Parts: sequence; C-alpha cells; structure tokens
Amino acid sequence: MSDILVYVLHYEGTFNKNSLGAVTEGARLASEIDGECHAVVVGGDDLTDELCATIGGHGATKVFRATGPEGLAQPVVDVMAKVIGDNGHSYALFGGGLLGFEIGAGLAARLKAGVTMEVTAINVEDGKLVAERPILQDSSISESRYRSDVGVIIGRLNAFETKESGGGSATVETVDVEFSPFSEKATMVQRGEQRGEDVNIEDAPVLVAGGRGLGKAEGFELCEQLAGALGGAVAATRAVVDAGWYPYSTQIGQTGKTVAPKLYLAAGISGAIQHKVGMQASENIVAINKDSNAPIFEFSDLGIVGDLNKILPKLTDAVKAKKGG
Amino acid sequence: MKICVLVKEVPDAAVEKRIDASTGRMDRKGEKNLNPFDTHAIEAAMQIKEGGVVEVEEVIAVTMGPDSAVRALHKAVSLGADRSVHLSDDSLAGSDVAATGYALAKTLEKESPDLVLLGQQSDDGECYTIGAVVADHLGMPSLTQVIKMDVEDGKLRCERQAEYGYDTVAVELPAVISVGDAINEPRYPSLKAIMGAKKKPLEAVSAGDAGIDAALVGAEGSSVDCGSFKAPPSKEAGQIIEDEDTDETVEKIVAWLDERKLLS
Amino acid sequence: MSQSNGSRNGGVPAPSQYPPPVDALDEFVGPPTDAEDDRIEVGVAIVGGGQAGMACAIRLLQLLEDDPALAEQLGEVPVAVLEKGKVAGAHQMSGAVMNPAAIKQLFPDLGPDDWPNYGPVEAERVYFMLNKKRAIPLVPTPPPFRNHGNYVISVAELNRWLAEKAEEAGAYILSETVGAKLLVSDGVVRGVRSGDKGRDKQGEPLGNFEPGSDVLAKATVLSEGCWGHLTGAAIKEFELGSGDPQVWALGVKEVWEVEEPLEKIIHTLGWPLRPQAKYREFGGSWIYPMNREGEKPRVSIGYVVRLNYADVRISVHDILQQFKHHPLVEKILQGGKRVGWGAKAIPEGGYWAMPTLHAPGMVIAGDGAGMVNVPTLKGVHYAIKSGYLAAETLYRQLKAGSTDFSAYDDAVHDSSIGKDLYESRNMEQPFEKGLVVGGAIVNAMVVTKGRFPGGHWKTHRDSEGALLKTDRHLKYPKPDGKYTFDKLSSVFITGNETRDDAPNHIRIEKHVDRDVAEMWAWMCPAGVYELPEDAPEEGPVDLIVNYTNCVQCGAITAKGGRLTPPEGGDGPLYTNT
Repeated sequence: MSDILVYVLHYEGTFNKNSLGAVTEGARLASEIDGECHAVVVGGDDLTDELCATIGGHGATKVFRATGPEGLAQPVVDVMAKVIGDNGHSYALFGGGLLGFEIGAGLAARLKAGVTMEVTAINVEDGKLVAERPILQDSSISESRYRSDVGVIIGRLNAFETKESGGGSATVETVDVEFSPFSEKATMVQRGEQRGEDVNIEDAPVLVAGGRGLGKAEGFELCEQLAGALGGAVAATRAVVDAGWYPYSTQIGQTGKTVAPKLYLAAGISGAIQHKVGMQASENIVAINKDSNAPIFEFSDLGIVGDLNKILPKLTDAVKAKKGG
Repeated sequence: MKICVLVKEVPDAAVEKRIDASTGRMDRKGEKNLNPFDTHAIEAAMQIKEGGVVEVEEVIAVTMGPDSAVRALHKAVSLGADRSVHLSDDSLAGSDVAATGYALAKTLEKESPDLVLLGQQSDDGECYTIGAVVADHLGMPSLTQVIKMDVEDGKLRCERQAEYGYDTVAVELPAVISVGDAINEPRYPSLKAIMGAKKKPLEAVSAGDAGIDAALVGAEGSSVDCGSFKAPPSKEAGQIIEDEDTDETVEKIVAWLDERKLLS
Repeated sequence: MSQSNGSRNGGVPAPSQYPPPVDALDEFVGPPTDAEDDRIEVGVAIVGGGQAGMACAIRLLQLLEDDPALAEQLGEVPVAVLEKGKVAGAHQMSGAVMNPAAIKQLFPDLGPDDWPNYGPVEAERVYFMLNKKRAIPLVPTPPPFRNHGNYVISVAELNRWLAEKAEEAGAYILSETVGAKLLVSDGVVRGVRSGDKGRDKQGEPLGNFEPGSDVLAKATVLSEGCWGHLTGAAIKEFELGSGDPQVWALGVKEVWEVEEPLEKIIHTLGWPLRPQAKYREFGGSWIYPMNREGEKPRVSIGYVVRLNYADVRISVHDILQQFKHHPLVEKILQGGKRVGWGAKAIPEGGYWAMPTLHAPGMVIAGDGAGMVNVPTLKGVHYAIKSGYLAAETLYRQLKAGSTDFSAYDDAVHDSSIGKDLYESRNMEQPFEKGLVVGGAIVNAMVVTKGRFPGGHWKTHRDSEGALLKTDRHLKYPKPDGKYTFDKLSSVFITGNETRDDAPNHIRIEKHVDRDVAEMWAWMCPAGVYELPEDAPEEGPVDLIVNYTNCVQCGAITAKGGRLTPPEGGDGPLYTNT
C-alpha cells in the first residue's frame, strides 16, 4: 500500500491550479497502487477547515494542515518531512511552479530520496510509480524509477490536468511542526507584486503569438484582442521583435523564451525551427497562415490556411460569444 | 565576506545532442562549456565585491566534475573569481541531483562561505533544485529564481518571480541563492584576464578530502534510476482547414477549442 | 531603370555597382591605441586557429623547445592564437580529402593512426552527370581527381586535434577572440587589436561592454581562412595584391548517417549546373565516405559553385538539395539521416591571385593567401605546410632580430605549394568559356602540366560580372525536412545561436536594385538576405539583413558586400564538417 502526499499551494483563498492538477493525478495514481492521495498545505489562519476540505473535490482523502509562512519552501520541507515521517507516504508529488521545485529538492535532500523534475507523465509499473520527463529538447523521454523509500516527483507546468473527481470533503488534520532554525531565516517582505511591463508569458495557459505574417506592428492589436478573449497573453517571433513590433520579453524561440501552454495560437508565423524549439511542447498548437506550405502546418494540431486579418477578429468575437453564453 | 560560486560544465547547448545508439545513454561527447546561468552567478558575486557595501575577501569558484571541468573553472576565474576548487573523484560519477548536492555541500563546508551563489538551472536539464539540496545539507536558508539581490547589514534582500507575481524576501546570511538570468548582464572577460586565468590557484579535492560518504554518491548511491529512454508519443497528424467561408471556419475553430476545454 | 554603366542587357546590374559602406584602411588598420600598461605583449600573434595557424604555432613551439634563449626573449606568452570561433574547430568546414605529407612533416613521429581521419582513399570515381537521371563515369579517372594515398578527413575534427597538440606544446589559444584591427606603425605590423564585446544593434556599448585589447607581437601571422578580414586590409595597406583579384567558389555541405557504408570517393561534374558559357556555372560535387570503426557509417556530401555565376537565382544550398535527388545519390543517402550541414567559400584564384605573402612584421598563410589547388580540390595540406614554413622563417628572423619575412614568400614558392599552384595556374579561368570548351582547354593544360596553353589567364572579380535572370529556382525541390532541407533548419543544426541584439557585422549596401537583392537572397546559404514582403517587382528595394543567421561563409565578400567578424564566439559550432 503506497500513499501519495501532494503539496498544495495556497494564495488568498484559492488553491493553485497546478497543485490541484497534481492532486487529481495523485488521486488517479493512488487508486492504482492501492493507496490514498493526501494533500498538505502550509499557511495562516485563512486555511480554515472548510477551505482545506474542498481539496477532497479533486480526490484527496486527507489534508494535513500546518501553520507557517506562505510562499517559502523550507518551512514546507519541514512540514512534509514530518508528515511523511509520521505517516509513511511513498511519494511526494508537486504540480508545476517554482515552489514545487524548491520544496521537492529540499525534501529529497532531507529524506535522502530520489527526485525527478519536469515530469510530464507518471505511469504505474508493478505497484510502483515511474516518472517520465522529456529531454533533449523534447525529442526523447527519460524514465525514472525510485530506489529510495520515498520518491519525489515534480511535475512540469501544466502537465497534470485539473479535474474534479466528485469526491466529497477531505478530512483535515492539523500538524504541529518544529521548524528547522534555517527555515526561519528567510522572511517574506512582500508577496505577489504585480508588475505591468514585464509580461510573464511562461506561465500563461494560453498564448497568441504573432509573426511577420501580421504585416505590420499594428497587427498585434488583433493578437491582443484574441488573447484577451481566450484569457491568455501575447507572444512574438524573433523577426518581429527585431523589427520593433513587439517587446523582446515576449519573444519565443531558440534565442527567446521556451513555453508549454495549454494552447499556442500562432498567427502569421512560418514555423521555422528556431521558433519551433521554443513552443513545441505546447499541448495544443493552432496555426493561421496564408501560405499552405508554411512548415508550421507540419506540427500544428489544427492549421488554418487563410487570411489572419479576416479570421482573427471573427474568431475573437466567436470566442467571446461562446464564453459569455 | 566569503562568496563561493558553484559552477558546472555542461555540453554546449548549441551542439545537437543525441542518445548514443550503442550505450542507450546521452551522448556526452563534444564541447563542454561553463553553464551560461552560472556566469550570472559569478557576475552577481563580482557586483557585490565591487559594490562597496560589504567587504568581500574572496570569490571562490567551486565545481564537481571530471578533469575537463577545469575549463569551467578557468572561465569562472577569468570572469573574476580569485581561486577555484575542483571536486573530482571516480566515486562521484553518475551522481544524481541529490547526491551531487550532498557532495557539493560537503566541499563547501570546508570553505565556510557566507554566501553561496549558483545559476538556477543548467542547459543539460537540471533546474531550480541543486541550490535547495545544498542548502538543506548546509543548514542555510535558500531561495531560487532570484532576479535582484541587495546586501544590507548581514542580510540579503532578494526579489524573485514566483507563482503569483514578484516576491521580496529578506534572507539572513549565510545563505544559498540561485540566480536567474534576468539578474544581470554578465561581463565579458578581458583578454588579460583570460590569459591570466591558468595562473590563479586551483585546488583539486577528492571525495575523501571533503569527507564525502561514498555510499551516498555516484551511480550506486543515487536514489533514482533514469537510464531508460523512449521516443515521445508520436503526434497524430494535425487537421488542416482551408478558409473559404470565414464564418464557417471560425465556427469550426471554436468547436475544436471547446472540445479540448480550452474555452473555459 | 538603367544604370549609367552596367546596362541591363537582358540584364541586371552587377552587384559591384553597389559598393558596401566600408573603408578597410580607415577602420581595420592603425597604430596601437591602448595605454602602454594595458597592452598585451606576446611573442608571435597568430590570427586564425585553422590548419595554417595551428601548424605555425606547433612548429614554432617545436623550434622554441630547443631554443630556450629565444623562447625567453618572446616572453611569457611566446605564441598566442586568436580564434574567433567558440572553440578551435567551430568554424571549420571542408570536404575533405587531404594529402598527408604536410602533417607528416609537422609530426615526423606520428602516423595516420594518431590524427583523426576516415582512412585512406580506397577507390574513386568521377561522374559526369548528363541530366537528372543519368551519370556517365569518366574512366580512367582524370588526373586531377586521383587521390591514391590521400585521406578522408573532417577539418572540424582535425582542427580540434591540432589545437590540443598546440596547447600541449604551450600555445595560448584565445578562442572567442577576433582579430579586428591590424596594428601598424612606421610601416611595420606590430600586432593586432582584438574585437570589442558587448555592443548593441546600433553598435553602442551595452552595460557589460568590454573593449578589445592591443595585442603587440614581434611577428604576426594572418591565417584567417577563406575571407581573411585583416588579410584584405593588409593587402590594401601594403599593396600586396598581385594584380589579379581573388575569386571564390561557395561550397555547401551535409554530413549524413547512412545505412550502407560508401566504399569510394566520388566527384561529379555537370548536372545540375548548366554548361553554356553565358551562365558561367562552374563547379561540381563531392561525396566522401566517413567510415570509422565503432561508429555508424557516414557520408560527406557537398556541392561547390564558382561565385562568378550569372543567374540571379542560383542558390548553391538548393542546388545541393536538387542534386541529392539524382538516383546515384539517392542510392547512397536513402534511409539515412542528416547530421550536419555547413557552408564556406573557397578561394579559387590560384597562383595568379596569390598576394605577396609578407610585409614587415607579418606573413600570410593558408586559405587567406588563396593557397588552394582548384583542379585537385586541395588546400588543407597547403595550409598546414605554409604554417610550417612560416614558423621556420619567423624563427630564423626573430632570432636575428629582424621583421623581414620575405624569405617565407620564397620558401612557399619554392615548395610544393608554389609548384602545384603554378602548374594549375590557368586551369579554372577557361571555364568562363563554358564547360565543353573550357573542359577541353583544361584537359590540354593537365596533360602538359600547365605548359599548354600557357600565358596568363586573368581572373575577374566575382562581383563585376553582369547578371541575368532565369526560372532556375523552379527546379529546386521543395524541402521535405527529411531528405531535403530549407536554409533555416540547416543553420539551426550548425549550432548558431548569435544573440539577437548583436550589431550587424555585414557591410552591404541595402538600397539596391531588386534583382541584385534577389541574387544575394538566393546566394546566401544561411538565409541572411531577404526581400521585404511588399517589394516591387522592379526597381530599388530595401534589403533585409538577418545577420544573426550568418555562418560566416564569406560568399558575400565575393559577391558585392564585405563580411567583418562578428563578436568573438558567434557563428556556427561545426563538429563534424
């Protein structure tokens, strides 16, 4: 019997989507290895029993709650080490996101456990979990098997689908933890400051990217409107950033950023490999280009050969209508 | 203040890497270079040293790797480190992230640094993790993805971009900080510095010298087996729509997105 | 829209009508400017870490090992090699089949088992490609193509080995370092200034700007390779030109892993090039086996075309892709996988275009001096040999306290380099008369070892030939990404990752006639030049220059622009070419 402990990140009354995705995945796997999926949360007074119990909706049967600072990794390592030590979980699972990496790694050190990061899929083999991670620019998959008593699995951003399992409330158990002296040496001064100019495209679940095919800098207005309707951000190719049509911070590709959103919509982008390597891990790729020979159609999931100037505005309206209705 | 910068040599990102057909393992031949993210860490150390806010006696570059890793150390020294330490031992080969972090921590213990800096990720796959492992072993606070760092009275004021925006965190020294590439623009070494690098002191350290327990490192001591590789699931060929009636096309696109729950 | 000279004549203005904005003497030659304390002093500065540069470094250090007195005189750094690539070997690309004599001379105690190669040439074939389906073997193999006793190599590999040897011998190899300016004062070459790092698109210093340094040396060796940046400036400064301009060919190459090992070296002439004189298409292909124990069999395949071609729509990269569809080639490559690509210009002016090889304080070695035997396609061993000879002269003269290296020029001309190049001195120019007539003339020259017809067949600048336009491009295959490839994905596998805010290192007139712009766009194997989407069908256009794609092949220097070295470390990272 092997239980899985999933870290759930909390912020201002809600739980992080990637964490809940990890819970969903944890619940699925736990049933296959004859165990349970538990969650662990660390925070302040706003982590009420009612709130924590809702994690059960994604398949956790129990939630361990400890009081501690939010947004810092090392206190959580202390908490999880104690919970695993007292309860014997075989796996610690994290959804994508920075804290997941920090906590997972610290936990691996603390428990002398094996750790795999950027995991995109987890399988069950002989009652044990095998973690898969892509390597070599996603051209190959490496499989990790754990020799240690505990295996730490850190997922890639957006790798696990968040799904309500219809399970009821989870039981909530309060945990008392004595923090390591060094866990108290970092203090949060300000959390979650939004900064306008710096667009963080790496976390966006949806990206609408524009290339030379937009014709002119103003073409990005079409992308912005569609991105707004889809709830995402706007990205750009090297060529248009070079031409000054959009800022470098939004550049995707070999010399720009690498992203893996749930939806990547490429408008007027040819799909040269220098761009492809920056977005090929996207879950769904939609391409709009008037050139039917554009390389992007070879790896897009849905390709539309047509004039983006006609398609984008209508698509924006249709998306708004669908979502609104 | 004594600053240790952890550096690593990695296969050049520009060279196409493949799985070696005969061994089934990553083909690690070919150029190795100083991990570009580590150059940001060295630059951060140099900026503290030159900043004048706090006195820095030494910046030391530390690496764990085979013989060729000395090139990474030479590069680090040409960028300003005063001396370097090369942890090298056959028993360390094949160490995973946890084992590597442990070995580095033991090496750092002997130096008693006030600040340990490293690049947050490397081109050969590891990301955001070594710092946390090292810090846990050293019993120091740790933070990664730091893109701004100021020293103020024995404390660090760090900014990093986390899940919900930018966090500002105060960290007491000694600490382990992993920096992101947005933190600074690394300097280029001057020709003089490059030519003088080989003369700076370089200390070779074995696992025994560092007090490393051989059972906890190397391929044997690692807790994860990640030797097997497979091809990624082949993608189904995509669908192509030729736009003739744009209204109809748009309807199809929306239906396609909806099917995949991309419109929620 | 006609020009005052260079009429349309069917007919496109020659690119030489748009001289690039550059003043070599003003920008690339000058006295040292650093303060005395900041200058770096070395014994001998070698610019370019290719075969010639490394051979020179190795030979010098061999001589210095037995001469501690001179070694001490040369200071802490007796031999420094400045190499603009990320590592020595990063910018190395060639066929190649090498004559092992020069390496033997450099390392008398070593044999072919000691340096990287793919074995001696076992068999060879030359084919005349009649058309896209048929190939006629030329039997017996014409003399220039006979390669018995020669070895198949990859210069990217050989160069890395030579660099190791040079370092072991004590050379300081400064990679990612450009020789940007030739330091000259009182008519003597004093060294070179290294390139700046950290400038932005506009050329302004960025936050981490690091200026280059004056590297002063008692002797300077220019072994810069086929498009010799400082070499060009030095030739102007010291009037070393021979009277005949240097001319070039462009070679584009791929390395393939194949299912069946190839057992012979192959050269081809003919298709897809057109034989008529008006097209001036001279060139051919090579296909060489790269078989090594313990490794999957591979093949090196490349196509070379002289850059004085006339048709605007000639693209050597695409000609290579088209060539691969010939049944003879398909048989060799089918089922295989491309694992490398590269492009490089080859100096083909031969004997007449070779400059004077020295100036006070300086010598020129290797491809930079045009030491390539065009009919036999050999240049690697000449590069090594010239580096060796340069070292010998420098050693003697430095010992004598002199900066007169004229003895080197004599040594080169007296050696096999001079003899071979003299014999083949007129064997490329006749092809301006077309393949058939040219072929016949050259045949006669080969048989008579260059004596008949004799005379001096002058070379003409590649950028001055009038151009014409055909539908040549319609025959290029559409890249399928598996067997044929586009330029961008080819640049990608060279490992070229130049930073996007780097300054433009290509000097070229951007406002040009549309056809000239198109010519450059087709010519460049890396897709650097593009026409804007809304360019008019005729008349002037504004050329787009995607200089970050540049693999520094040098073709643009031949055909109307002027390449200068980008920041050290930029460009390709060739490993198997």
